[in-house]
Order: sequence, then C-alpha cells, then structure tokens
Amino acid sequence: MSDGEMNTSMGTLFSPPDVEGARQFFAAKSRVLTDKLMSVSEAVTQFVHDGDYFSSGGFGMIRISTAVLHEIVRQRKKNLGFAGHTSTHDFEILAAGRCFDRCDVAYIVGLEVCGLSPQARRYMESGAVQVTEWSNATLGWRLKAAAMGVPFLPARALLGTETFKYSAAKEILCPFTGQKLAALPALYPDVSVIHVHRADVYGNAQIDGISVADWDLARASKRLILTTEQVVDTSEIRRTPELTQIPYWLVDAVCHVPYGSYPGNMPYEYYLDKEHLNEWLEAEKDVATLDAFLQKYIYGTQDFAEYLALKGGEEHLAELRAREPLQRG
Amino acid sequence: MTHCTPSEMMIVAAARALAGVRTVFVGVGLPNSACNLARRTVAPHLELIYESGVYGAQPARLPLSIGDPTLISGATSVCSMADLFGLYLQGGRVEVAFLGGAQIDRFGNLNTTVIGDWQQPKVRLPGSGGACEIAINAQQIFVIMRLKRRAFVDQLHFLTSPGHLGGGGERAVLRLPGSGPQLVVTDKCVFRFDEATGEMVLHSLHPGVELAEVQEAVGWELKIAPHLGETESPTDEDLRLLREELDPQGLYR
Repeated sequence: MSDGEMNTSMGTLFSPPDVEGARQFFAAKSRVLTDKLMSVSEAVTQFVHDGDYFSSGGFGMIRISTAVLHEIVRQRKKNLGFAGHTSTHDFEILAAGRCFDRCDVAYIVGLEVCGLSPQARRYMESGAVQVTEWSNATLGWRLKAAAMGVPFLPARALLGTETFKYSAAKEILCPFTGQKLAALPALYPDVSVIHVHRADVYGNAQIDGISVADWDLARASKRLILTTEQVVDTSEIRRTPELTQIPYWLVDAVCHVPYGSYPGNMPYEYYLDKEHLNEWLEAEKDVATLDAFLQKYIYGTQDFAEYLALKGGEEHLAELRAREPLQRG
Repeated sequence: MTHCTPSEMMIVAAARALAGVRTVFVGVGLPNSACNLARRTVAPHLELIYESGVYGAQPARLPLSIGDPTLISGATSVCSMADLFGLYLQGGRVEVAFLGGAQIDRFGNLNTTVIGDWQQPKVRLPGSGGACEIAINAQQIFVIMRLKRRAFVDQLHFLTSPGHLGGGGERAVLRLPGSGPQLVVTDKCVFRFDEATGEMVLHSLHPGVELAEVQEAVGWELKIAPHLGETESPTDEDLRLLREELDPQGLYR
C-alpha cells in the first residue's frame, strides 16, 4: 500500500451521486404551503415503495421514528436499501421485518452497551443482504455532499483499510497538496423519516438536543416523512427560528405521533425503555419467539398507539418522562 | 490498598495515561469509565468528546448510548455528528481517542467488522462506527480491551481501522495525520509501541500477573520491553470513585 499506487474499492454504489438528477428532482418538488398532516399508515403507503433507498434519522435509539419503522414492517415493504448510519434499534426493527436487501454500513447489528441483536446478526449472516462498508463520518459526509449538491466530498478517512476496500469510495490525489484522499460519493436517499419535537402542519420542524445527521439527511432525501411529538402553530415555530432545522419545503408528510421515539429516548421528553429493548433482544434469540413477538407488537396491532397501550400506556410513559435527565428551563 | 478486580485495574491504568491531556474522544463502556475517572483524578480539565456531537460532557451516570442524554446534560457544546468529525477530529483538535475491538494485531490495527470471511461472515459485527476516521485523525490512539487469545491475533479477519498498518512508518507513507496507537491497556498488562517498527511491546504487568499468562494470550511472538515494569496499583480513592460514584451498579467491575 504505497503512496504511489492508487487502490481501488470493490463495494457496490447503491445510490449514485447523480447531482443533476437530484437538482431536477428538487427543482420540480412542490413548494406550495399545504397542510401535510396525515396518518403514519398513509405516509408510508404514499411515500415508501418497495425497492426504495431508505434512511432513518436520529441516533439508533435516540429520537428515532419507531412508528414509521413499525409501519414499514407492518406493510411488509421489501427490498429497501438502507443507510446503516449509527443505526441500532431502527436497524433491529427493519432486520426483524426483513425489509431491506442492501445496506451501506457504518454501524449496524449492535445496540451499543446492550450487545448485538441476534436477529440482525442472523439476517446479515444469511447472505440475504448486500453490504458496502463505510463509517459514521464518511456516511454522514456522503449525506452532506448530497445536501450541498456536489458529487463527492474529499476526506482524510478510510485510507489503508479493508473498510476502504469494501466501500465504494475512491482514492484521489489532492490537486493542491498531492496527497491521497478518499472521495466520498453523494448519497441521495429516496425516502427518509425523522422524528422531531415540534412541527407545524406544513412541515416546518424543530429538534431539541442532538441533531446527529438530520440537518443533512433532510436536505439529501428526495422524500421526507416527519413524525412529531407536537403539532404547533406556525407562529410558535417563528418565535425561535434558530431551532428550525427543517423548513417545510423539504417535507412530504407530517404525522402527529406522541411518544413516537419509544422505546427509544426523546431528549428533554422521555428516557429509553431499557426493559423493552431487552425484551426485543430476548425474543430474537429464537425465530419462533421473534415471530410471536412481532405478531403481538407490530403485525397484530393497528397502529403505534395500540403498541404504546400494550406497553403500559400513559402510566408507563410517565415513568419514562420522570427518568429523562435533560430538563427544560 | 483495597483489593481491585482486573477490570478496575484496566480502567485505572487507562485513566492515568490521560494525565495532562485536555481533549479526549470517548466511547461508551470501558473508555467512558476511564475518561470520567481521569477527569476526577489526573486530568481535571479533560474535555470529553462523544461522536454524537457532544463536547465537554459531564455525565452524571453511565450512558447506555453515545447519544445518551446524560452526556448532553451540562455539556459545554453540542453540534452535528458531521461537524464533530469534521471540525474537531479531522480538523486536528482531538489529542487522544480511545478505541477497542473484537481483534487487534501486533501493529495495533483493529477489527470491528466481521469474524470469519467478509463475504460469508461467521459473526457480523457492527462495522467501523466512527473508529476508522478516529484511528486516522486523532493525534494519539489509546486502545482499551481485555487480553484474550482470540482477540490478540496474528492475522485480523478484517482491518477495519488502521493502527500502524504493516508497521515501519506505513502510516506516514499514506500521510495519515494522527500518530496512531501509542498504548494498549488490558486487564492484565499495558503495551506500548516501538517507534521504529510500529510493533506492540509489553511495557508493564499488572500486580500479580505472570509474564507467561500474557504470552499465552497473544497470538504472535511477543516483544518485551528491556525493563519490564509493574503497573502502578489503583489508590483507595480511585476505587472509591469507581465503586461509589462512577459505576455504583458495578457494570464494569
């Protein structure tokens, strides 16, 4: 691996950096101020199609849109592409539903200190999923390149590793310094979902706490579904415009889903439900118990509200509110 | 001194290595305990950086996730993940970063991607996470992981994150900005790296550990420092902080 020779990667580029196509798509996207409130079921039916490249906002078990992830499983969406960017419980849900068949990997399968998901492992080890390797920064910068409208961003990343070899990045020489850099191709998801603290009916949305990749994800995605803890009047959004990460014209659907990140954490609102996350891991140990578990909580429920009710409803959620360390004011 | 467990010895040894350091990139688990102990002992001005975008964290309890709200509460600053990696890490502002992995080789290269063949893995692991860019860009890397034969291997199954690559200055040829792994802290001993060859060298044994135990747990012919030392034991205050304040439930004991 000398500086002189250029190494090539062998990973598949699932979503090409088609900046012109993306410009045309975004130019044609309606900016009319319309009420986009709809149910999660309607949003998934309308905007998530089999074969789409999908990305999930938040941070794995922090501020994720569990309602949409469940609905994708419930509607038995298939052959999705997936951006495995800091994905933990979101990945676990879609792996349980066997919804994707290709994955850009930065962090998958694991649930940080809670260990590895048995079903996510089984699914990834089965050969059913085509993988291209990346890393948290490089996958995040791919979204940033797309958001910026450039076909790639250069980075001091991946070089010298098998992560590079099995990625779809390219080595380039810097035109100024002559040094090797990794060129990271823009990633334009077909559809993404982001769970937010508050949004108006048009899709102007605000996030409190960590934003992770969502600023870029919202701008890189062709279609965007928001789920929100609260639907507020536009005047409320306009009171603190510096908190508006997502303006309405990026958004296709707004779904009102209180506790929508459960069993994940929602900063300033409620803590994660470690017991239920453990219940997931326990059920996944065996395919039969996982099937029964999915039947009980996802396939056998009408919607997310029914799932919350099964998990102890308001009383249990109040306990999780009390456990959240971030407090307002 | 109060009796300590191998895990406590490992955390204390890692914490002490942070003396004088101002910025450290932290992970959940063992690094989190080590960095928070360092902040309470040898490095009171240590700024803890977590890849979820948090700078200057002061966690009141053990985080379950790198995005855990306990890391945000009371922190100095929060930014996006892309900015944290770009403006702090790639910008050259991170002095030390902690990493670990399923496998490490003699040059400190790390595997967190697969056990077995990549095409048909025996175990699919999480992948790089932020480790690959951290290993490239942080000024220094400290590795913290338990010493086991299946982890300290002659041949990695996958090179996820670069240590000293093939050794002998290969990082410099690729112009990787950071200096790579400088230290490996385990539950039995501490390794450093030979500056010329980039190879891991046994630096000190933890009290009560025999050299043969370490040699058996390493899958290559181990180099040993000419003056093999003994790792300094934890103080009673180190152990009190760990047991009563930082990890009262004993998750990492």
